[in-house]
Amino acid sequence: MVESSPVLMKTYGHHNLPGRLFIVEGIDGSGKSTQLQLVQRWLEAEGYVTFLSEWNSSPLVRDVTKRGKRKRMLTPTTFSLIHATDFADRTEHHIVPPLKAGALVLADRYVYTAFARDVARGVDPKWVRDLYRFAVKPTLAFYFRVSIDVAMKRILGGRDAIKYYEAGMDLKLSDDIEEGFRVFQGRIIEQYEKMVDAFGLVVIDANSSIEEQQVQMRRMVIHALAGAKKTRLRRWLDLNSMVRKGFQD
Amino acid sequence: MARFEFYGSQGLPGLDPGELKGKLIVVEGTDGVGRSTHVNLLKQWLENTGHAVLDTGMTRSALAGRDLKEAKEGHTLGWITMSLFYATDLADRLENEMIPALRAGFIVVTDRYIFSAMARAIVRGADPEWIRGVYEFALKPDIIIYLRANIDDVITRVIQNKGFNYWESGMDLHLGEDMYDSFVEYQTRMLKQFDRMADIYGFQVVNASASIEQVFESVREKIEPLMSSASYASETTSSTM
Repeated sequence: MVESSPVLMKTYGHHNLPGRLFIVEGIDGSGKSTQLQLVQRWLEAEGYVTFLSEWNSSPLVRDVTKRGKRKRMLTPTTFSLIHATDFADRTEHHIVPPLKAGALVLADRYVYTAFARDVARGVDPKWVRDLYRFAVKPTLAFYFRVSIDVAMKRILGGRDAIKYYEAGMDLKLSDDIEEGFRVFQGRIIEQYEKMVDAFGLVVIDANSSIEEQQVQMRRMVIHALAGAKKTRLRRWLDLNSMVRKGFQD
Repeated sequence: MARFEFYGSQGLPGLDPGELKGKLIVVEGTDGVGRSTHVNLLKQWLENTGHAVLDTGMTRSALAGRDLKEAKEGHTLGWITMSLFYATDLADRLENEMIPALRAGFIVVTDRYIFSAMARAIVRGADPEWIRGVYEFALKPDIIIYLRANIDDVITRVIQNKGFNYWESGMDLHLGEDMYDSFVEYQTRMLKQFDRMADIYGFQVVNASASIEQVFESVREKIEPLMSSASYASETTSSTM
């Protein structure tokens, strides 16, 4: 029977949008955000239109997630669903429209984060994959492979404490937050490794130097840029004039 | 005796539905069919006959209810986001209200369940298979009362009660020249989805175009056989056997 649908639901891989979608994945402390920012700088300097979308950043949804985390109200199922809701809002507002306009969309974490984390929390792998069927298939998906020791060193050295849900404390894996983090992030790595072949993730050795990783990424990205749209003005010219104006004021 | 089941094979992680004792009653139907009136009547009647009742409904979760309502105040909520927001709301209510109540032997009455949410998603372009998959975590209810009114009755009631609103008129779908045209088209499509689901999910159809008393009488007739196994009367009978 034909459903009375005004628009047909496009699912993973069926979008055919003129832009490009580059995404990074990996556990906390893998250095993926740094690498993505460097790619964005470079693409903008080259004159491309870029748009960065970060995990868990939808203005409509992120307050729910924050409150749920702060008050520790989230179960594996609601944790999964609220992140999917956030991702849906970003897909509808921050990912599909720029891609339609021919922009280069950069995403810090993508559906694979949900697949890895939610399954590590005991959610059914098929259910969570089906949940995200509306997602746009990335042009390139980079997975930053890192050992837990290196990741922990980076996290403990930089930001404040390890967060409750990042350490899977809701699963009561350990009373000690660092030990919990080690066990839980270990499970997440296991899930990522299972996805490398299934989803064609490009593996970057995140233990190597920042420069080496960046060269590897740019080499892959440049091949995917043929025919991509550029702005008329190079962004760095705008920046330069802004900086100069700032000096004069 | 595992009385409760999930719609999907996996359901909610860490929950054994077999341990649930109460009953789950769903009241469904399009806008303007008098669902909330009958949920209230049902609650009173059940309490009068000695049952503890938890009543709940869409967008009432502690986790997501308020933000979902706020998101609907603006007009930027896309349909995929809305569908998953509703699913989050239901999952939170299931895990934190409905299931604990069922475990304690309560009768849970919910004003709308997965069916309204699925119908709203499908008329907006969701693949029915996708949205059914999303709700695999939901418990199968003991009974689904479908208050069914035809489109003319729905229009009259909505005008009398509160007038047309943005979402009930499906204004996000741009279906007509004005709110009235849009409302008629949208609610007609919703009705079609409900009727389709009535067969698939075995809804108990109640003609909601009759008077409140008559409608409630029909609702009670549908619920009574379900309650007899849990009522004071049947307990005394079974203990003499």
